Amino acid sequence: MARASKRTKTVAASRAFPELKKSRSGIAGFDEITGGGLPAGRPTILCGGPGCGKTMFAMEFLIRGATEFGEPGVLMTFEETGEEMSRNVESLGFNLQSLADKKKLFLDYVRIEPSEIQETGEYDLEGLFVRLQHAVESVGAKRVVLDTVEAIFSGFGNSGMLRAEIRRLFRWLKDRGLTTVITAERGEGTLTRYGLEEYVSDCVVSLDHRVNDQISTRRMRIVKYRGSSHGTDEYPFLIGKKGFSVLPLSSIRLDHKVSKDRISSGIKDLDTMLEGRGFFKGSSILVSGTSGSGKSTLAAHFANETCRSGKRALYIAFEESSAQVTRNMRSVGINLDQYIQKGVLKFRAWRPTQHGLESHLLRIHDLVDELHPQVVIVDPITNLISANLTEVHAMLMRLLDFLKDRQITAMFTTLTANRGAEEQTEVGISSLTDTWILLRDLELNGERNRCLYVLKSRGMAHSNQIREFVLSRTGVHLLPAYVGSGTVYTGSARLAQEAREKAEAVREQQQLEEKRKEFSLRRSVLESQIAALRSELSSGESEFARLTRQRSERQQRLALDREEMGKIRGVTRDNQGVNS
Amino acid sequence: MRSSKVKSKPPQAQDTENSKDVTLELRLYVAGQTPKSLIALKNLKKICEEHLQGRYRLHVIDLVKTPQLAQDDQILAIPTLVRNLPQPIRKIIGDLSDTQRVLVGLDVRSQAK
Repeated sequence: MARASKRTKTVAASRAFPELKKSRSGIAGFDEITGGGLPAGRPTILCGGPGCGKTMFAMEFLIRGATEFGEPGVLMTFEETGEEMSRNVESLGFNLQSLADKKKLFLDYVRIEPSEIQETGEYDLEGLFVRLQHAVESVGAKRVVLDTVEAIFSGFGNSGMLRAEIRRLFRWLKDRGLTTVITAERGEGTLTRYGLEEYVSDCVVSLDHRVNDQISTRRMRIVKYRGSSHGTDEYPFLIGKKGFSVLPLSSIRLDHKVSKDRISSGIKDLDTMLEGRGFFKGSSILVSGTSGSGKSTLAAHFANETCRSGKRALYIAFEESSAQVTRNMRSVGINLDQYIQKGVLKFRAWRPTQHGLESHLLRIHDLVDELHPQVVIVDPITNLISANLTEVHAMLMRLLDFLKDRQITAMFTTLTANRGAEEQTEVGISSLTDTWILLRDLELNGERNRCLYVLKSRGMAHSNQIREFVLSRTGVHLLPAYVGSGTVYTGSARLAQEAREKAEAVREQQQLEEKRKEFSLRRSVLESQIAALRSELSSGESEFARLTRQRSERQQRLALDREEMGKIRGVTRDNQGVNS
Repeated sequence: MRSSKVKSKPPQAQDTENSKDVTLELRLYVAGQTPKSLIALKNLKKICEEHLQGRYRLHVIDLVKTPQLAQDDQILAIPTLVRNLPQPIRKIIGDLSDTQRVLVGLDVRSQAK
């Protein structure tokens, strides 16, 4: 009491308009979508078809209240006896009888047997009130569950009186400040068969159970919540081993812690592409690729490395059994068996079609809670996509949120169709993941070669290269990036290209050699020509000198001849000059 | 609870279980002195005097005083008349204004003739 008033005071102090007081249900996820639980001290109608989990919700509300929040409760059932009820919830680990013995819970089964009852004249349901009053007082109850109060409509004929009594009942509950859950069967076209929602205006929650493609999904919707904001979507929920859980467990918030720690991918070369240190701890990694591109091998490497470094890993296989995976991985030199035996690696394989999406999610949740792994691998998520895409998207988002919240590094593999854009994952979850590694097959010259590149990796300077990667008996290796000119070559084309380049170099060498020889030959030819010309030149010169000499000799002889002739003719030099 | 009532019955009841001389073990459940309860009690007394002279035993149970009995005896409507003996248990709800129905309900109609 004192505690309650103190709480009210602090709330009032912190806000000018105190919010509606809420009573935590303790049901996983429900308190998140309602911002705190059910309206405290007021009745809530929980409606839905048969088998949709109304009773389970109501029971858990009551039991959690009694065990976790110190609020004793009254369970008044109209359809099942207390014993049946105890048995129903026993499977969830709740012991109604022991709670009742400890005065934390009061069980009252109201048996209505129309055949036993004869009506004569006027009556009312004061007996019900007396019983409720007694029940509430004997445990000091704060919570009440009426499951399914409508049953009185089948037991008594005077429906006008019944309606008046129901109205009185709700008023009565409200006046006493009892947080009440009233379950009601869904009617045709109305929320409840007998229109109970008319009397309760505070909170109406609708549960639904539908089958899509042979897979059933349970859903919850808050139809109305007076005086409070609430999620209006349909939320999937599950009834699992630990009771009722409404998902989104955490997707409303977006405030997970982030880590600067790194975790190795198990492939040294890949780590090198990620700043040399691998993934961020607690991040999510998507490995997408066509079939046979090595997704599982990459995942197995990661698992192997995680276990080798002393951490725990959970490997969820949707396509292969664990024995098959371990056998296959031995062929690339990964021995996962040793870690399975040590208990650090847990394999869980089940068919994606085995459950609805929410069950998968819950199963993973339970496994994570049980094993506390640092790494979760889901291989592959593709097969989940038999269901509605938006649902898958929502489910994966929740899964990622859940894992991130716990700082668990998650690796998902997904298959992309051979045709179409490879950058597009079918589920569109790429935007949710932090690191996206794309594996692709390059088909060239009659062979397929595997390539890997890091399409994105938030928060790090990752490599932009497309690297060829090779599966060998000793694991995955990335070949050094081909740094030549032209396009990227892989496989034998790469070898061919390298050979071609070598041959070219040799040929060039030879050509040069040839040229050299040719030139030297030519040089000698030219040199000999030069020699010949030179000798020709010198012979020309000597000829010219001879001719010059001959001419001067001839002139001398001519001059001598003329002198002799003059002597003979007796002509003086002067006369000779005049005559001529 | 019911066994204690059986004990209070004289031994002759067991001898002639199906006979019409069996004493009726009746309980009227009320919740305080409400008008309906008072009317029901008045009607019941009248019926008993007229049709069940000396063959009945009546307890009036006020649930306001002993609320636990509402749960034990599966009482919902008020007023409720319960015939605990002879078996099987029969319940008549309402203010018992319809005498014929009450007698049918108590399975003692033949006695009136």
